Amino acid sequence: MRSFLRNYPTEAKLLAVLVVICAALSSASPSFLTLVNFTDLLNNNAVNVIWAVGLVVVLIAGGIDISFAVAASVVQYLCVFVFGWIGGGNWAIGFVVAGALGISLGLINAFLIHQFRIISIVVTIATFNAFFGLLMFFSSGRFLYNLPGWWSDRLILWEYETSGGTWAEIRLPVVVMVVAMFATWALIRHTTTGRQLYAFGDNPEGARRAGINIALMQAIAFGWMGLMAGIGGLMQSHITREVVPNALYGRELEVLAAVVLGGARLGGGRGSVLGCFLGVALIAVTQNGLNLMGVSPYAFKMVVGLTILIAISMSNLDFSAMTAPKRRDL
Amino acid sequence: MTRLRNALGGEVLGLIGFLILVVILFGLTAPRFLTAANFGSIAFQLPELGLLTLAMLIPIISGGLNLAIVFTANIAGLTLAWVLNTHGGVDAGVEWFVVGSLGALIVGALAGMVMGLVIAYTGAHPILVSLAMMIFLRGLGEFLTKGGDISGFPDYLRPLGHGLILGIPVPLILFAVAAFVWHILLTRTRHGFAATMIGSNIRAAAYSGIHTKRTLTLIYTLSGLMCAVAGILMVARFNSVRVGHGEALLLVTVLACFLGGVDPFGGFGRVVPVVIALIVLQALSSGLNLLGANQHLSTAVWGLFLIGVMVLRWVAAQIPKRRKG
Repeated sequence: MRSFLRNYPTEAKLLAVLVVICAALSSASPSFLTLVNFTDLLNNNAVNVIWAVGLVVVLIAGGIDISFAVAASVVQYLCVFVFGWIGGGNWAIGFVVAGALGISLGLINAFLIHQFRIISIVVTIATFNAFFGLLMFFSSGRFLYNLPGWWSDRLILWEYETSGGTWAEIRLPVVVMVVAMFATWALIRHTTTGRQLYAFGDNPEGARRAGINIALMQAIAFGWMGLMAGIGGLMQSHITREVVPNALYGRELEVLAAVVLGGARLGGGRGSVLGCFLGVALIAVTQNGLNLMGVSPYAFKMVVGLTILIAISMSNLDFSAMTAPKRRDL
Repeated sequence: MTRLRNALGGEVLGLIGFLILVVILFGLTAPRFLTAANFGSIAFQLPELGLLTLAMLIPIISGGLNLAIVFTANIAGLTLAWVLNTHGGVDAGVEWFVVGSLGALIVGALAGMVMGLVIAYTGAHPILVSLAMMIFLRGLGEFLTKGGDISGFPDYLRPLGHGLILGIPVPLILFAVAAFVWHILLTRTRHGFAATMIGSNIRAAAYSGIHTKRTLTLIYTLSGLMCAVAGILMVARFNSVRVGHGEALLLVTVLACFLGGVDPFGGFGRVVPVVIALIVLQALSSGLNLLGANQHLSTAVWGLFLIGVMVLRWVAAQIPKRRKG
């Protein structure tokens, strides 16, 4: 417990805040602390967590990615055509195709960043515009509804009828989320590559001199982000049963806020899977609580913004991030 | 030639080269590109993006980012619209426009100041603080307007958005004045110098006796102020206010700054190349438009163009190294 507090100060504070909010909400609204509400929260936020664990790897490696949400839209759109060509497909093919397309888009970012020594925010803002513009141009903004059956049919993996007669259910995206979280945790905590990612993010020049393959680090970080973007996109279409080219526009900043709230440092070297989950959870629970208390939906974002602002003001009262600017010439 | 290069910087010459290239290319392919009407439309479209880019510029030079610019502009525009609508709407007197504009400027500056204070005194990262502010302001705006449009403004607003003085569009004059003020601020004042130093190395700046916290607060306050100017202009140009209007411009302003040679880590950046970069972007968009492409293709081309320029800069940086070694 003490080592948890020492090694994950931001995560610990965030967890405390989350517990306080949950306690307040359960006394304010009887329907908050129910199994149905809990599973609904999981189902609705699984995609954000999938993207968050992808993004945290990039942040740990000292980069930032603005383009992943529109990359996910590109993957969704391409997937519809690929599945059309091969005449259907199934979940196994779906994951492979979406993952591969996502990885390719991520590797474009990694290549530009490494080969031409452009920093990641410039590259990903450029690819954000390029991906989105090209997608909107070629799709003319058309919605696609002709998804294969396996893709759009609900997959309920666990269900339970509560005493009130409502069903609590766990759907496919939640399971994918758990797998993504576990895989990311294994990658960054239990492999040499993971340790190298932290080292590279904390001090790129030092890592290079220690013999770490810089190109490989960028490729792994952005490839992983791309993989998660693709799979998240696949899940998102599974939930909404349609592909809308501009549906995910703007989601990247929400996910980024959640991940940084969860203790990942812009500048590299810090971040955890638990933090991602807690960051997404804090925003989701706040919105859910406002909804249950009957607050106007128009006020949601206002309160969420305020919550993030207060949370970072509270959790950032150390100056290490500001007073140690790192010039990342590599 | 060297003196010219020193005065303007290689950045400016390169960008002017690009501009000439773009003009020649579209002049040959799009028959209506080299017409007064086209340049007129560029001159009317540029200021909105330009003012927002100026608002983005100073935070980037100080090593941060202000992601809340578009919604700060929206909220400031909303303030003006509210003052006008509560005092007669279409019949509101000029004095209420002045009051409303002052209100808009105060609201914009206040939004910026809150961000600046949080960034300066808690040490939170500017991206995150401005992101939270952006989400908050968007929510506030949606809460106040219920997502709808607000319109019905007096007629005397029209010239501000669409008028000409001596043949020059009024918005362009407004933008030129704002850019000039920003140029003076960055190159000739103590505050501009402090902002640049903070962007280079905040700790060294603090040890050199610069009040970094006050400077940071002022940087974001000024950024908010410039957003408010953009917001007022948007009210005049579109004769309506909608929260979310211009949302797509957010990342384009960052793109324009980087294209204009501003260092993404802060510390280096000038107004003149950024203004030229804006003209290049607008010319690209307008030329593609004349060729029958839509705004989305322009967005894609802007992105690809930024990558192209960064790659060329990398190539240019390689040449002297090769010669030496």
